Amino acid sequence: MLAKRIVPCLDVKEGKVVKGVQFRNHEIVGDIVPLAARYAEEGADELVFYDITASAHDRVIDKSWVSRVAERIDIPFCVAGGIKTIEQAREKLAFGADKISINSPALTDPSLIERLQDEFGRQCIVIGIDSYYDDINDSYKVKQFTGDESATKDTQWYTPDWVEEVQKRGCGEIVLNVMNQDGVRQGYDIKQLSMIRSLCDVPLIASGGAGTMAHFKEVFTLANVDAALAASVFHKGIIDIQALKRYLRDNNIAVRI
Amino acid sequence: MSKIEALSQIIEDTAVMGSTVIIDTGCANLSSVRYAFERLLSVDERKNLAVTDDIAAIKAATRVILPGVGTAGAAMASLRNKQLVGVIKALTQPVLGVCLGMQMLTRASKERGATATDCECLGLIPTDIEQLDSKGLPLPHMGWNQITPSAHPIFNGIDTGAYVYFVHSYRAPISEYTIATAEHGEQFSAAIAKDNFIGLQFHPEKSAAVGAKMLKNFLTMTQSTLARSKPYQRQS
Repeated sequence: MLAKRIVPCLDVKEGKVVKGVQFRNHEIVGDIVPLAARYAEEGADELVFYDITASAHDRVIDKSWVSRVAERIDIPFCVAGGIKTIEQAREKLAFGADKISINSPALTDPSLIERLQDEFGRQCIVIGIDSYYDDINDSYKVKQFTGDESATKDTQWYTPDWVEEVQKRGCGEIVLNVMNQDGVRQGYDIKQLSMIRSLCDVPLIASGGAGTMAHFKEVFTLANVDAALAASVFHKGIIDIQALKRYLRDNNIAVRI
Repeated sequence: MSKIEALSQIIEDTAVMGSTVIIDTGCANLSSVRYAFERLLSVDERKNLAVTDDIAAIKAATRVILPGVGTAGAAMASLRNKQLVGVIKALTQPVLGVCLGMQMLTRASKERGATATDCECLGLIPTDIEQLDSKGLPLPHMGWNQITPSAHPIFNGIDTGAYVYFVHSYRAPISEYTIATAEHGEQFSAAIAKDNFIGLQFHPEKSAAVGAKMLKNFLTMTQSTLARSKPYQRQS
């Protein structure tokens, strides 16, 4: 049986791992390669590296760390941030990234998804979606350029429509990041994730809001996502990955131990 | 000693003889495969590891790896452009196809991409690649899944139920060439083999200690290992 994946996310800024609260006030957590190696050894199933400044500031991540990570760790990892062209994607993959994740550039030009899929196959094309709950209209909507508060803007996309659109265009996986929940550790947005799950034929990764082990259990059992992504609970040592996996196993959730 | 430590110990204790060539197929995951082997080799042993499309070097290697990601059509076109099809077919040393590399060892793939016909492959293992019937589970089949391995020497020290990392939407069906099975909706071949050709549908280079053990098993294989060890009875 396919195991549910635990995916630590390392937000990268200027070559360091950082963490902000609700996408703001970034503080340095540590160096990339040692943190990546530590998570791999502790039983992380996959890692995501997200350059939070890349899209917003119109520059591409320094790629040298991608190959340093690939040399060191023996689990898959995904690189996100500012990938707008086939060539930029090819470079990350050639340096050893297993997947590339596209967020804002796909909103600017959705045909990028098809072109990436034609070139590399859908298995390595991840679409990141920053979704927020619009309480005035009681609907979920997509934001763009969330890496920088001053550049962040609303889009015309309702989240369910965008989820359908990116699958139609050929993505291999979706990371749904629920912005209202991010960094505050109040739990994943089960209601929204369950709704998106029903629309999602590709693997779905939940992101935003993990604070306790029970939150992980809930998102796997109630929203039936394939993977759960989290950052601060791992960076700050609030949750130990091995202990989390034992807890999930004891709750009859298939995990790799 | 934990199981992972025990595995690591075995890995460190075995010397690697001869040369290992990773065929430069021009595909995207070459570095990952190379790094995985480098992690298993001493500084001296690494001198006998090469990533190349040089025909003489491939023919002369003790063992050969055929990596691949992307689509079957693009990968086969790359092999044809490099004049490697005949070279690979004539190899008698152990050959390890990984993921799409495994699929290329078969007769044909139904992964058509933009073309109207099935993709003709190397024809070294007589089975065909078709879309995985996930029975409603998400596709691609992406993530860590359990395998049931046979007694094939590539699986020395690998337990039933070991987790490995898969990323694919097409698969080889269960056949007499199956040397490991997995399940995602339906049962399929997690690995196939015939004579000196071995194919793994998953990514051993991304499968932590379990994958490293298989790669180390491969690194210690020679022509005689495979001659001695068949047939491989699948566990049911």
